[in-house]
Amino acid sequence: MGLSYEESKKVALRVISILGVITIVEVIIALLGKGYIISGFHLPWWFVGILMIVLTVTKAYYIVYEFMHMKYEVPSLVKSVLLPTLLLVWAIIAFFWEGSDWKNRRTLIKDKNSEEVKSVVPEGSDIRPFLQEDYNRH
Amino acid sequence: MATDTLIQEDIHSGGQNDWSGGKQPFKASYGKLMMWYFLLSDAFTFAGFLIAYGALRFSMPTWPVPDFVFSSFPGGLHHKPLFFVTLMTFVLLFSSFTMVRAVQEGHRENKKGVVFWMFLTIIGGLGFLSCQAWEWNTLLGKEHMTITKNPFGTHAESGVYLTGDGKAEGETFEAGDSYLIHKAGAGHSDDAAHEGEGDHAESHYEGPGDYTDAVVDKDGFILRKYKVLEGENAGMIKSESLGPKAFGAIFFFVTGFHGFHVFSGVVFLIIIMLNAATGLYVKRKNGYEMVEKIGLYWHFVDLVWVFVFLVFYLL
Repeated sequence: MGLSYEESKKVALRVISILGVITIVEVIIALLGKGYIISGFHLPWWFVGILMIVLTVTKAYYIVYEFMHMKYEVPSLVKSVLLPTLLLVWAIIAFFWEGSDWKNRRTLIKDKNSEEVKSVVPEGSDIRPFLQEDYNRH
Repeated sequence: MATDTLIQEDIHSGGQNDWSGGKQPFKASYGKLMMWYFLLSDAFTFAGFLIAYGALRFSMPTWPVPDFVFSSFPGGLHHKPLFFVTLMTFVLLFSSFTMVRAVQEGHRENKKGVVFWMFLTIIGGLGFLSCQAWEWNTLLGKEHMTITKNPFGTHAESGVYLTGDGKAEGETFEAGDSYLIHKAGAGHSDDAAHEGEGDHAESHYEGPGDYTDAVVDKDGFILRKYKVLEGENAGMIKSESLGPKAFGAIFFFVTGFHGFHVFSGVVFLIIIMLNAATGLYVKRKNGYEMVEKIGLYWHFVDLVWVFVFLVFYLL
């Protein structure tokens, strides 16, 4: 691995402290953004969201690269694990987007259903709505 | 002639060396490499759950607000949003640290160190499981959230609750405010602590029916009535409805699946710790690689929790 025993112990302690601090920061920002720390104070949801994701990915980096020793592995092993994971992240984002699209579509359908349909048939023309008797002609 | 033989040997040895075995692809042992690939496949499984959660949650008009749902703390404390869940994260992070130390002691072939640090990791794992059990007990037993019923809701419009005599003079709320639907007749000893949420004594509801200030459904949930203040439904009297069912179902499935991983991890940790204690790994002289492999699994469990924490509680 290249690191001595003493050095490894120090690195482990450093990493766990970083992880602890990041966790506390995450929770404080989440609570701050929702108004729990300074009452009435509000952060936009997308700002908190992006910050949370960035901090969590940083934590994930430290856990995978240091605790799980990925940093010291052969590069091709690293790629063979991380590339599928990145594709997975793409899949997750795609489905969050999809869910959002479902909601928008549902709202659109609800709005369209409640719209009033006005007839634009000119006076005197023989165009008229389809009536029950048209079905009964056969 | 000597050169000829060498060339011939080179050709032969080239072919034989590649396929004669004994070489480690990626310079990792079989067990370690397969553990990585198992963890990758497990990541896909958890990602499937998170995808279901994301797609469902973002397709719903409202969703329970996590810091409202998860605000209890052992000891009868309330209104401590995300405190307990943060504690759980720290417990698991701590157990990850002790696992790293166990692996480091293993590289030094230090049997006592390995057993000591693995023991601490197991304690951490059991601590996490106890916390998760407490969380489930609070949600299922006290707040009556199940995989089919979700009493946590979010208001979609602003309104004012009706008081006991049917007048629109109770507390007001805005769109986006959360509420928890209580059950009639269930004896909660910590009701006094819920006063801040506009709770009132459940005792005066006798069975399902339509009351002046609430509708009690067949399961005993008290759906409080309110008058809408703004928007297209202004002036209408409506009653609260249970929150999206998917919330409870997905919460219990994901945390249950993760908890199952923690549990099986603890079982494996105990087995390997006992194996190490009997000196089984001393003979192998591979730096206690078995400990390293189970360490990978344990860190993966921690990693999944970090993402579950993010998605369920922070976002």
